[in-house]
Amino acid sequence: MMRASLPGSAMRSALYLILLVFSIFYLVPLYVMLVNSFKELDEIRSGAMLALPDNFTLAPWESAWSTAQIGVSPTGLKPYFINSIAMVIPAVLISTLIGAINGYVLSKWQFRGHRWVFGLLLFSCFIPFQIVLIPMAKTLGILGIAGSTPGLVLVHVVYGIGFSTLFFRNYYEAFPTELIRAAQLDGAGFFMIFARILLPSSGPIIVVCIIWQFTNIWNDFLFGASFTDFDSQPITVALNNLVSSSTGVKEYNVHFAGAILAALPTLIVYIVSGRYFVRGLMAGSVKG
Amino acid sequence: MSQKWWQQQLPKLVLSPSFALVLFFVYGFILYTGYLSFTDSRMFPSNELVGFANYEKLFALRHWKIAITNLGIFGGLYIGICLVLGLMLAIFLDQKIRGEGVLRPIYLYPMALSFIVTGTAWKWFLDPGIGVEQIVQSWGYTDFEFRWIKDRTMAIYCIVIAGVWQTSGFVMAMFLAGLRGIDGEIMKAARVDGASSVQLYRRIIIPMLRPIFLSAFVVLAHMAIKSYDLVIALTNGGPGRATELPATFMYSYTFTRNQMGVGATSAMVMLMTIAAIIVPYLYSELKGSKKS
Repeated sequence: MMRASLPGSAMRSALYLILLVFSIFYLVPLYVMLVNSFKELDEIRSGAMLALPDNFTLAPWESAWSTAQIGVSPTGLKPYFINSIAMVIPAVLISTLIGAINGYVLSKWQFRGHRWVFGLLLFSCFIPFQIVLIPMAKTLGILGIAGSTPGLVLVHVVYGIGFSTLFFRNYYEAFPTELIRAAQLDGAGFFMIFARILLPSSGPIIVVCIIWQFTNIWNDFLFGASFTDFDSQPITVALNNLVSSSTGVKEYNVHFAGAILAALPTLIVYIVSGRYFVRGLMAGSVKG
Repeated sequence: MSQKWWQQQLPKLVLSPSFALVLFFVYGFILYTGYLSFTDSRMFPSNELVGFANYEKLFALRHWKIAITNLGIFGGLYIGICLVLGLMLAIFLDQKIRGEGVLRPIYLYPMALSFIVTGTAWKWFLDPGIGVEQIVQSWGYTDFEFRWIKDRTMAIYCIVIAGVWQTSGFVMAMFLAGLRGIDGEIMKAARVDGASSVQLYRRIIIPMLRPIFLSAFVVLAHMAIKSYDLVIALTNGGPGRATELPATFMYSYTFTRNQMGVGATSAMVMLMTIAAIIVPYLYSELKGSKKS
């Protein structure tokens, strides 16, 4: 008995060891960012990147938040963090609302050609956004919202519709159509059925959609870099300016604090509702 | 009667604004960029048609060849390693591991981060001045060298490392979901004993995961082709042009080098490459959902 179970237990130990090694691989960058954001610059330069801080300091965080040089002005990341919030909230809410109503139509009020419409919406999720940069810049200019937060909101709403429609359409597809027919016989109309029957049971998919859109839009860099001015840049663009600016001393500790600041909202969402986050990822890749 | 007609038209009416938006902002824009790729646009769009001149020019550019070669290296390794690592971790995690609930979120959290954050973390972690090289040297191995990120031929592999770090946990989650969907009896048989379970995985279970391989491949390929932020944050295309990818090429030709025609052409090539992968996939997925 003992001999028979030995190879098994050796293998299990190896299994745990491998899993542990990989969890270190995934954690090290976060750990490095975190510990070094509390160190003084000299301490990082002396090659102790993995060590805990000797002289614990909050100065890098203060600097990253309110005094670090971003582009031409020493404002820290704060105004850009606020820009990102002002961009992400309307963009997420609008695209989720549109996605819900689209999904409702495409699953419960199918018409001739609905499959084509859905296919065209779906393909728009996957286009390389480089293809729209030039005409979008021109269009935003014509609309008079170039370089502004409303302009960026429009961009994110337009390119978020595909995914949000996909989420709701697949979710409502599984919803019993008989309930809707019954409500119709009772005289309920299109909007009434949506508001009274479908929406109340849409909680989970609304959460999934909001998390997905929030993560994508908050983390976006390409649109933010292409369609904003200095005073409307989102935090990802500001962080990149902070880290890649070639003038002066490289303040690694400030960069790390800034990176964590930029990551914090999506990390919190992930920690609080990881289950929904994973469901969104799955729904975005494995359809139906 | 008109009430009924109205009820039938209403859904289409509700859908039409988004459809119009997408038609204009996606398909209209694709047509416009396609049109620009046949013009001699430089700093501003121009209407001077030049036939396929931009396409000929693009494929003759050394800069573009570098970008394409890099995409081949990066895409191949990124997709390959993510698939292998994701599958391996998923299979290991599926062995009734204690602490799975702790490990899974650790593997997956990088997916919640922006590529700019990932790039910043890895940029300094791989930096010879303060990162890995310094750390290992401070352990006493003073001859240790690790300066890939500063090396023209090796820098592209730094992008691979950071990309794999960000996405492999997600691929793991996809495979794990696939494994959990497999009939319990088969899995039970797989766990019975060591030697034969390797065989069982190879012969039966991994082949059953084929649809997941396909989905993961499509997602990863599409992410690889679109990769922009990670390169910008990690190396900014350098050293020199050593880590330039098509997405960074497009941006710099269009917006900083004032060669909009060539930039539009490169965007079209990117779109067609992605479409060649995505369209058949979406087509089969939509057909599949018709049956069920």
